[in-house]
Amino acid sequence: MSTDRKAGKPILLQGNAAVTLGALDAGVQFFGGYPITPSTEIAEILAKELPKRGDKFIQMEDEIGSIAAVLGASIAGLKSMTATSGPGFSLMQENLGFGMQTEIPCVIVNVQRGGPSTGLPTSPAQGDIMQARWGTHGDHPVIALYPDSILECYELTIRAFNLSEKYRTPVILLMDEVLAHMRESVVLPPKDKLKIIHRIKPNVPPEWYKHYKRNPKYISPVASFGEGYRFHITGLTHDESGFPTQVPEEVNDMMDRLLRKITDNLDDIIQIEPFYMDDAEIAIFAAGVVARSAKEAIIQARKKGIKVGLIRPLTIWPFPDHDVENMLESTRAVIIAEMNQGQLINEVKRVTKYGQHSRFYRIQKYNGLVITPDEILRKIAEVA
Amino acid sequence: MKNIPQKVIHRYLRHDKKFPHVWCAGCGNGIILGDLLRAIYNLGLEKDDIAMVSGIGCSSRMPVYVDFNTLHTTHGRAIAFATGIKMAKPELKVIVITGDGDVSAIGGNHFIHAARRNINLTIIIVNNNIYGMTGGQCSPTTPIGKFATTAPYGSIEPNFDLCELAKCAGASFVARTTAFHTTEARQIFEKALQKKGCSVVEVISQCPVSYGKMNNISSAVKMLELQRDNTLPIAAYEKLPEEKRAGKIVRGILHDVEKPEFIDQYQKLVDSLSLQKQEKFDESKKENKSSKSEESKSQE
Repeated sequence: MSTDRKAGKPILLQGNAAVTLGALDAGVQFFGGYPITPSTEIAEILAKELPKRGDKFIQMEDEIGSIAAVLGASIAGLKSMTATSGPGFSLMQENLGFGMQTEIPCVIVNVQRGGPSTGLPTSPAQGDIMQARWGTHGDHPVIALYPDSILECYELTIRAFNLSEKYRTPVILLMDEVLAHMRESVVLPPKDKLKIIHRIKPNVPPEWYKHYKRNPKYISPVASFGEGYRFHITGLTHDESGFPTQVPEEVNDMMDRLLRKITDNLDDIIQIEPFYMDDAEIAIFAAGVVARSAKEAIIQARKKGIKVGLIRPLTIWPFPDHDVENMLESTRAVIIAEMNQGQLINEVKRVTKYGQHSRFYRIQKYNGLVITPDEILRKIAEVA
Repeated sequence: MKNIPQKVIHRYLRHDKKFPHVWCAGCGNGIILGDLLRAIYNLGLEKDDIAMVSGIGCSSRMPVYVDFNTLHTTHGRAIAFATGIKMAKPELKVIVITGDGDVSAIGGNHFIHAARRNINLTIIIVNNNIYGMTGGQCSPTTPIGKFATTAPYGSIEPNFDLCELAKCAGASFVARTTAFHTTEARQIFEKALQKKGCSVVEVISQCPVSYGKMNNISSAVKMLELQRDNTLPIAAYEKLPEEKRAGKIVRGILHDVEKPEFIDQYQKLVDSLSLQKQEKFDESKKENKSSKSEESKSQE
C-alpha cells in the first residue's frame, strides 16, 4: 500500500490510506486499534509508519480497550486516534462518552458497513449516522465529519484532529465502505500550507490550575499527566477542578459547558457544500458516496433543463440546521437519499418549517449496494 | 502550641473538598491506601511522576483522595487506559487500583493481556470477594457456597484465583497479602513498584457491610482475624503436609521472574527502525556519490 506523500503531484490513493496520511500530517502520535473490516488498512499502515517515527502503535485486545488506550494516551499528551467499523464502534460507545464527559481530544474513524450486528462486513451502508449522534448514553453534543472523496478523507482527518484539539472532545470521522476501499488520484497540499491545531497548554503555576476552569468560551487550557499539574479526571459529573460533584449548580455548569463549547461555535465547526443550489427548485440531500451519485445525476438532469441541486453536509453532527433550512427555503421538493432505512430524512424534516411535509421524497437503499446516479435521476424525473 | 508531627499519609492526601471519604466503617480500603502511600514515601517517588488509574467500585475511588495524576475510568477499563498512559509517557510510574469484580469480571480481558504483554504497570487488586458499591452482589472471587444478594442460595460457581491467573497469563511479579498484614503489604508494594514488568498484587480485604453481613461474620474485626488465621506465608505453606493445606490461602511474593517488558520491547523496535533508516540513508548517500563519480567519469 503506497503511503508516500508527494505534495503537488497526483498520487493514486485508497480512502483508508488517505486517512492515515491525514492523521500523520495532523501529527498523530498514538494509534490503538483492533482489526475489523473495512477499516483495517488504517491500522496496518499506522503499524508500519508510527514506530518508524518513534510514535506509538498498539493492537489492543478489543475495541473497548482500543478506545481506552487512546484516551489514556491523550491524557498523557499525545494526539491519539483509533479506527473501526460498526461492531467495534458499538463496543466503543461507553468510553466515547467518557471522552466527551472528561473532554479528552481524540479521533475515532468509523468506516461504516452494513448492519445491524455482523451485517455486511464488506458492503457499504450509512446506518451509523444516528449511532454517531446518540450511541453513547446521556446528553451530549457530538462532532462528526463525513467525507465524499479520497482527498476529503485526507482533509477531514486533519480537520477532525484540529477540531478535537480545539474543542477538547472526541471527534468522529464517518466513512462509507466504498470510500475506504476506493482509489482515486489526489494531489496533496504541501505540508507547510496545512493548518494544524494543538491543544492549548496552561501557563499558570500548578496550584492555580483547574482542569475545567470556568470560562466564557467554555474551553480552557489542558494539562497532561506528568507535566507537574496534578489533577483528577473522572467520568463522574465533576466540578471545574475535576472532582466529583452532585451540587445542582455545578452539575449544570458542567453540562452547559459540554454543550455550549460546541453550540457557540457552530460557524467554525459546520461545513456544508451546496452544489447547483442557487436556482434549484428541487434539492437533493445526501452525504458521502451517495452525494457523488447525486452530483452525477444532477449534471444529467440539468442537461434536460431540470433545476436540481445538492446539499451535502461535510459536518454531519452538529446537524447544519440553519444552512439546510435556508437552502430549502426556495425549493419546492427535497429528495433525501441515504443508504439506510431513514436517518437523515428526519433531521431534514426537523429543520424545515411545519406544514411542508408533502415536499419530501426519499431514496432509501439498504441492500449492500450504493445508490446509483440512475436511481437518483429517476427520482428527480418523478418529482420534476 | 504543641508541635504535631505530620503523618506520612498526610503528605499525599488531597485536603480540599474530598473528605469525608465514601468508604464504610470497617472497610479495608483506607488501610490498603495507607500502606501504598507509605511504600511510595519509602521509595521516595515524586507525586508528579505517579499516575494512579482506577475503574469502578469502592476501591476504585482511591485516586480521588491522593495528590497524584489521577484517573477514575469506566468499569473494568483501568488497565486499558493505563496502557495508553504508560506507552505515551513511559517515565510515569503507573499504578492501577482495581477490585475483584472490576479486574476479573468486566475487565478480565484487559487484565490477562496486560499480563501477557508484561507491560510495566503496578496492578493492585483489592479483593473483598463481592461487589460492594452496588450493595453486595457475587463476584468471580466469591467462594462456592458463600452468599451474596445475587447468590441468595449460595454461589454455585467456582471462584478465580487471581494470582494464578496473573501468573499463567504472563505477569512477571505476582504477590498476595491482606488488609490485616499491613507491614507485609507495604513491603510487597515497595517491591511491586520497583519491578520492571507487569506486577500484580492481590490484597484480600474485608467488606463487613455486604459480605460479612450476608455470610454471618459478625464484624470487621472478626473478618480481619480470619485474614490472619486463614492465610499463611508461602514458606510456611510449602512446609505444610498436603492434607493440612486445604482452606489455607498463601501470602507473600508468589512469582517473581525476569522477562522482556513491553515498553522496553517497543523502544527497542523504534531504535532498530531508526538505525535501519540511518543505514539506508548512509547507503543511498554512498550510492549517490559513486554514481555521480561514475557519471563524471563517463562524461570525461
